[in-house]
Amino acid sequence: MEIATRTQALPLSRRSRANLGWRVPMLLTAGVIAVPVLVIVGSLFQGFSPVWEHLLATVLQDYVVNSLLLMLGVGVGTLALGLTSAWLTAMCDFPGRRFFNWALLLPMAIPAYIIAYTYTGILDYAGPVQSALRAQFGWGYGDYYFPAIRSLGGAICMLSLVLYPYVFLLARVAFREQSTAVLEASRSLGKGPWQTLFQVALPMARPAVVAGVSLALMETLADYGTVAYFGVNAFTTGIFRTWYGLGELQTAAQLAAFLLLFVFTLFLLEHYSRRRLRFHHNSARQQPGRIVLEGWRGGLACAIAGFILLAGFLLPALQLGQWALERWGDTDLSAFSRLVGSSFGLAAMAAAACLLIALLLGYGKRLHPGPVENQAARVSAMGYAVPGTVIAVGVLIPFAWLDNRIDGLMREHFDISTGLLLSGTLTALVFAYVVRFLSVSLQTVESGLARIRPSIDESARSLGLRPLAVLRRIHLPMLRGSLATALLLVFVDVLKELPTTLILRPFNFNTLAVRAHELASDERLADAALPALAIVLIGLLPVILMNRTAGAHEPQQN
Amino acid sequence: MRFPSPVLRRVTAVLASALLATSALASEVNVYSARQEALIKPILDRFTEESGIKVNLITGGGDALLTRLRSEGRNSPADMLLTVDAGRLYRAREADVLQPLHSDFLKKVVPANLRDSEDYWYGLSVRARVIAYNRERVKPEELSTYEALTDPSWKGRLCIRSSGNIYNQSLVAGMIATEGADAAASWAKGIVANFARPPQGGDRDQIKAVAAGQCDVALVNSYYYGAMLQSGGEEEAAANKVALFFPNQDGRGTHVNVSGAGITRAATHVAEAKALIEFLAGEEAQHWYAERNNEYPVREDIEPSKRLQSWGEFESDSVDVTDLGRLNAEAVMIMDRANWK
Repeated sequence: MEIATRTQALPLSRRSRANLGWRVPMLLTAGVIAVPVLVIVGSLFQGFSPVWEHLLATVLQDYVVNSLLLMLGVGVGTLALGLTSAWLTAMCDFPGRRFFNWALLLPMAIPAYIIAYTYTGILDYAGPVQSALRAQFGWGYGDYYFPAIRSLGGAICMLSLVLYPYVFLLARVAFREQSTAVLEASRSLGKGPWQTLFQVALPMARPAVVAGVSLALMETLADYGTVAYFGVNAFTTGIFRTWYGLGELQTAAQLAAFLLLFVFTLFLLEHYSRRRLRFHHNSARQQPGRIVLEGWRGGLACAIAGFILLAGFLLPALQLGQWALERWGDTDLSAFSRLVGSSFGLAAMAAAACLLIALLLGYGKRLHPGPVENQAARVSAMGYAVPGTVIAVGVLIPFAWLDNRIDGLMREHFDISTGLLLSGTLTALVFAYVVRFLSVSLQTVESGLARIRPSIDESARSLGLRPLAVLRRIHLPMLRGSLATALLLVFVDVLKELPTTLILRPFNFNTLAVRAHELASDERLADAALPALAIVLIGLLPVILMNRTAGAHEPQQN
Repeated sequence: MRFPSPVLRRVTAVLASALLATSALASEVNVYSARQEALIKPILDRFTEESGIKVNLITGGGDALLTRLRSEGRNSPADMLLTVDAGRLYRAREADVLQPLHSDFLKKVVPANLRDSEDYWYGLSVRARVIAYNRERVKPEELSTYEALTDPSWKGRLCIRSSGNIYNQSLVAGMIATEGADAAASWAKGIVANFARPPQGGDRDQIKAVAAGQCDVALVNSYYYGAMLQSGGEEEAAANKVALFFPNQDGRGTHVNVSGAGITRAATHVAEAKALIEFLAGEEAQHWYAERNNEYPVREDIEPSKRLQSWGEFESDSVDVTDLGRLNAEAVMIMDRANWK
């Protein structure tokens, strides 16, 4: 608001130049990235097949109800796990805090379907835990109660365990960037630590927490591997069943389009509900002191963090490690290192691309907060809620169309065939990753920007800095934590990404996720363990590196 | 920015070269394969050794590959489409992305019901959908047909995976083709009524559940059982508690589906693709399918592996596998209406 008023006060020529400088590339980029999403939404205008009647009469209600329950459960689960771990590591001090500060990020590196496979291996009726119980007590099938892992509840647990780091990461940055003065004001006004948490710290961290939860929920909606394996009829099951089983790609795209509209509505609602709220504060940027937990409180904090780590990472990783050891002898190491190289390079490229575009869009919105800019950024970041295979189709169609048009023109006028220039190349693949994961970096960057007071921009601008210089010299240093987080999240997401890679990749190009999934989907879990473990280990590297960047300022302050 | 190591520089160079399309070599063939790399690469390597033709591979889901093939149109680099069920080949032909392949050799060795009637594609290996039963709790005499599993005496004793699985869809499609839609619908209802648990997991999970006693019988693909027996460890122990039964031997025969291949309409390496398909129907490859993947050879003149033979001989359903593709959507709707999750 304040920026808008000020911009109007500028001389017209300068304003329009500034507008062109940011708005044109911003809207163009957003437009291009929105194409695949628009291709999917466009399916709604192509007529509805009779299959819809069948879906409405039989299974659709089931899909919708299950997906809503799944979202509700994962929302609660990621909030509980993510906020607990963020609050403990950011605002408290207890034995092992420094370790948990990065270790609690690890579950993020495990693909959801992999954790689902490992827990099924451990907890299923035929698995070691239940078999041991039966042997110990002489029970048979039906003699005892044991929660079924392959169920809606099981899917909620699995997804919450690997998705809570989104909330953790974003909330942690938000907590650390809150000023001590605000929290101390709360305490000196008579609020206890818990009241301060729920009435001051959490509401102030709302953009970050909402960003984290919405990322987790979008990924939940896009998940197919876990729900398919657990036999949960979620909305994605419906999309793929309609496509594969009924052979109706268009109806499947229409289902995906409704999913997109639903997510878009949620975004609008959230945005509307906080339209008058601002989340920056005016006090000096001094980090809050930590609440020191001693004695049994410290032990409890350590136990809670330890339990989250155990369930989300250690148990599945140990199971994977055991399987990987069983198959170590059959491994072709040179082929394996090529897999590692291609996965790493691809993830790094996509993470960098997403970050640049997120900065362009996020900062553009800050410079020109208008409805067009807002919606452009919003729509271009919708891809995260769509199953990767559907996004891949949305990328495939316009790319192939463009290539074939160029080829047709060249044949017509110059009698040469250019073939497919971009389809089936890594360019198309990286573009698809940007479409799919832009939301992750954009939300992270935006929630970081939201915590910087607009008056800082104003002061800098009034001192003669151009917008780009403001971004470079003022925002980027202040956003260091958020930027590292954005890079890290996309990197790990791409490392795990499967369906888009599978369908858009060039010939003979493999990644760790492709290898892990092919083996796992053939039910060869033990063989899939090594590539899955490698995803986890490579994911570890940036987690540690960037955590150092994100938390670099900590030691001087403590 | 400086690259910290030559390794990273090399990786970057490789990635950069793949960022743009590169031109085609002469003696090669490009394959879109729904069969996973681990299950096809070794035999493709053998083909390259023998023929000198390089095979380039992209693996993925059958429908996703088909969509890619369709949108790439006449410029598609793919010469050949390889799928793991007849239904996808049927769809590929319907989508007009295949061209006929006239090969006297293939027509001679591949049975007529396991290939396209106008030579657009050929089956290459056979997988059977069979009954797996717990050796201790079920006597083979109690088993007879798929239909008999709907008897109330099997209530709460049957495991089967979800109806989203293509092999269940094919099974029902085959039933529609031979027995009619009404019979298939009442069969699906009867099966659902006898579920021991809601459908979940894959075929190996069904076999494990039978071994652990959660259910007594399951409908599974034969090669998963074979793979478990080969795996060593817990899975092998579980498989040893289970035996296979080939249903409907006195009637239409056990349901089978095929993996198969066809040449794309956009193919630029037609001769190479033809050579590869003929190689896959050749003796060496047919033996390899059986030994390595526990699938049945598509050719009647080639013996299955020792392991497959030990499960007994069986009559397979002679329904034209093209019908499985044609009736797939109807089968899914029938299962939806039967509330088969």
